[in-house]
Amino acid sequence: MDEKIYRPYQMEIEKIVEETPDVRTFRLKFKNAVEAERFVFKAGQFGEYSVAGEGESTFCVASSPTRRGYIECTFRKAGRVTNALSNLEIGDTVGFRGPYGNTFPVEKWENKNLLYIAGGIALPPMRCVIWNTLDLRNKYKDITIIYGARTVSDLVYKQELKEWSERPDVKLITTVDPGGQTPDWKGEIGFVPTVLERVAPSSANTIAILCGPPVMIKFTMPVLEKLGFKEKDIYTTLENRMKCGFGKCGRCNVGNVFICKDGPVFSYEQLLSMPAEY
Amino acid sequence: METTGKLIRKQSLEKLYNILATGRKIYAPVPNSDRQTEYKYNPAYSEISYEHIRSTLSVKNVVFPKVENLLFFSNSKTETIITDIDLHRIPEVVLWGTHPCDNAAVDVLRSIFCWDIKDEFFSARLEKLTVIGLSCHLSDEFCFCTSVGLKPDSTKGSDILLSRLENGDYRADILTPKGEEIVSLSPELFESLSGGKVLITEVKQKFSHQQVTANLAGAFEHPFWIENSLRCIGCGACAYLCPTCACFDIQDETKGKNGRRYRSWDSCGFGLFTLHTSGHNPRSVQSQRWRQRIMHKFSYMPERNESLGCVGCGRCSSGCPVDMNIAEQLQELQSI
Amino acid sequence: MNSMNARAKELLENKTVNIIIGYEEGPTGIARPAFITDPATTDNLIYDDRCVQNLAVYLTKQEVKSFGKMAIVAALPVMRSIMMLISEKQVVPENIIVLGISTDGKYLDMADMSVMQGYIEKSVLTNPEKYKAALADLNRLNAEERFVYWEKELSNCIKCYACRQACPMCYCIRCSTEVNQPQWIPVQANTHGNMEWHILRAMHLAGRCISCGECGRACPLGIPCHLLTMHLTDKVYDYFKVNAGTSENMNSVLSTFEPNDKESFII
Repeated sequence: MDEKIYRPYQMEIEKIVEETPDVRTFRLKFKNAVEAERFVFKAGQFGEYSVAGEGESTFCVASSPTRRGYIECTFRKAGRVTNALSNLEIGDTVGFRGPYGNTFPVEKWENKNLLYIAGGIALPPMRCVIWNTLDLRNKYKDITIIYGARTVSDLVYKQELKEWSERPDVKLITTVDPGGQTPDWKGEIGFVPTVLERVAPSSANTIAILCGPPVMIKFTMPVLEKLGFKEKDIYTTLENRMKCGFGKCGRCNVGNVFICKDGPVFSYEQLLSMPAEY
Repeated sequence: METTGKLIRKQSLEKLYNILATGRKIYAPVPNSDRQTEYKYNPAYSEISYEHIRSTLSVKNVVFPKVENLLFFSNSKTETIITDIDLHRIPEVVLWGTHPCDNAAVDVLRSIFCWDIKDEFFSARLEKLTVIGLSCHLSDEFCFCTSVGLKPDSTKGSDILLSRLENGDYRADILTPKGEEIVSLSPELFESLSGGKVLITEVKQKFSHQQVTANLAGAFEHPFWIENSLRCIGCGACAYLCPTCACFDIQDETKGKNGRRYRSWDSCGFGLFTLHTSGHNPRSVQSQRWRQRIMHKFSYMPERNESLGCVGCGRCSSGCPVDMNIAEQLQELQSI
Repeated sequence: MNSMNARAKELLENKTVNIIIGYEEGPTGIARPAFITDPATTDNLIYDDRCVQNLAVYLTKQEVKSFGKMAIVAALPVMRSIMMLISEKQVVPENIIVLGISTDGKYLDMADMSVMQGYIEKSVLTNPEKYKAALADLNRLNAEERFVYWEKELSNCIKCYACRQACPMCYCIRCSTEVNQPQWIPVQANTHGNMEWHILRAMHLAGRCISCGECGRACPLGIPCHLLTMHLTDKVYDYFKVNAGTSENMNSVLSTFEPNDKESFII
């Protein structure tokens, strides 16, 4: 019989981190050992996470493929499914369908500098590829991460940010919007595009990977262009309303592209050839 | 493809129907008012009429039901048990007297549901489907099959294609092994045919779909979309009546600890179709949604799925409350 | 319809309005809503028996509102819809000029909303004659028989929402059916879910429906859902002696308390 493409894997919650009051990270392990063994994915891919009875929701796989035995996802409590997920505890069951979508072309980036730029809740889709490249550190040259959020409490992955800031082989710059700082905040203050312009990383032999809300992308792209980045060397990962995850339900269709199937990772060059309907 | 034209007399056609209707589900056209015809399962032969130009709903229900269960689940504190749908229980279905546009539409749906990854539900239903089509001897101003690469007697998608002869009997073209299997049930009903004029209506070509597809490639920002979509009220009538529209929603429904996950028809014309939970809506205005409908069918699908997303049946136009006549708009698009 | 067309042309040429919402004839002979911004094309405006769509539905659409001041061709049902929308604060009366059409198809010049109100008050406001027989037939059935009737009709409903989209009073940005916390109405089109939907809609329209019948006409499957809303219109009149859409400032009949309201069902 044909493969069951709508059937989710059954996952057990192994660890929960409360990143912010409304953002959670789950570490999930496969309940079925055979499935766990067979499962492979690459950085950039996503899945449909479900609570049976509430529905499915689309998040990236936020953990790196270099770490086997579990996957992680980060989500904000925003709607019906994410509310239900927020109420789960360690040991509870979560459904997972995936991995879907294309991947960050990390092999093409070897021997280059990497500049990661993320804003707010958009760090999770980048976390997989950041760890992927950090776990294979000697394949890449300089790695810089610029990450900003509205306020200090909105910064996600606080533990990771601490780890990255303490690594000598990573340059981490964190920022909060003006007014979002706490009295003991030691990072930058300013919107991400402004901080990027201030830091002015070199574009020579560098790939820029960015992810953020549409308004952040809109103001960051011109800065990158000003710094000399070529369109084909800028990557982003898009999100769009999704249901099936594999190009059949029609929802994420933008131009002749399906965000779920042909993306969610796109180079800026590709993005320019798509209508701005995402 | 060489077709074998056989003669099946009017009375023999009824006999064939009754043979098939015993033990199989047969979807046949039945008028239910003086204006509408609907396909129903296993009506009495006397209820069937072949005088409709189009049924109100298309027959895509047999391969893409308006509601389809994807799985059942049962929740407890420690686990969720998933029960798969037993696809072996999908019955054999015969489409009876469906028009060439509807029959060709099944293949358009296949180009979506079996694209790269095979949708097991659609595939299982398609496998169990036999199509005994009927060429059109009637058409009206909404028909435009000849503009989208089809004709009133296209064989595409049919296992047997019937065409009415002048004397009221039918010519039967046996087109596929499934068609031959049907013949083998009662071969004496299929006699040799020695000439005879088939009654096929004429559908004047309204536009060239190749020209439309070519024009659409550069038409995304064209003012055409806003000018021609103001009266669209944003319902799902066109998408739901359309035999090739395949967009769907996935939802969970529970009763206590048990429930099911199902998929149901959805439409890109609805305002909420692309709404993000954040509140951002990439297609917040109807003109963008109308543009998506046409572009998807006539530009994106030909490029990605190698199939036009339309068979010219005219249901969208005849069913639209505000006369968003798709053929009229495509004629205009041919010359922008 | 020359005087209507002339007035429309004048309004556009003087820039008194930026758009005319009326009816035009499509290529298949069907009359359909038209949006005219160019004074030269006001000749396309028609009015005859074929003009059935309730144009007031466009007054709450952001794409149309963005044109600013507009004129709208309105026979009695559309006039009453406009009045309802004004009383529910969905439409600014100063932005609309009504090109009235009498019940015998003649153009009526309407200087402002009080003229329209005067016309409405003089008109027959019960459910239209052509629906009365069907309504009476249904009322002759008992509750059980009516349930079976609606079960059968609504088993065909495909939840395309043409009924809702065609109705000027269904302007909620997020309809109850589009809420999933909680899921009031199932998303799929199953018979009892469909019944829940139509009954919900009829209840939300009680006291607001002006009996244009567009919901039933728009239905691609010919389901007579207008009989549900019109039935409640009759009931609202029976209990409260109120007709919807008769003045700019009428209070919502089902959510306004008057000290002399009948309380015979309690005391």
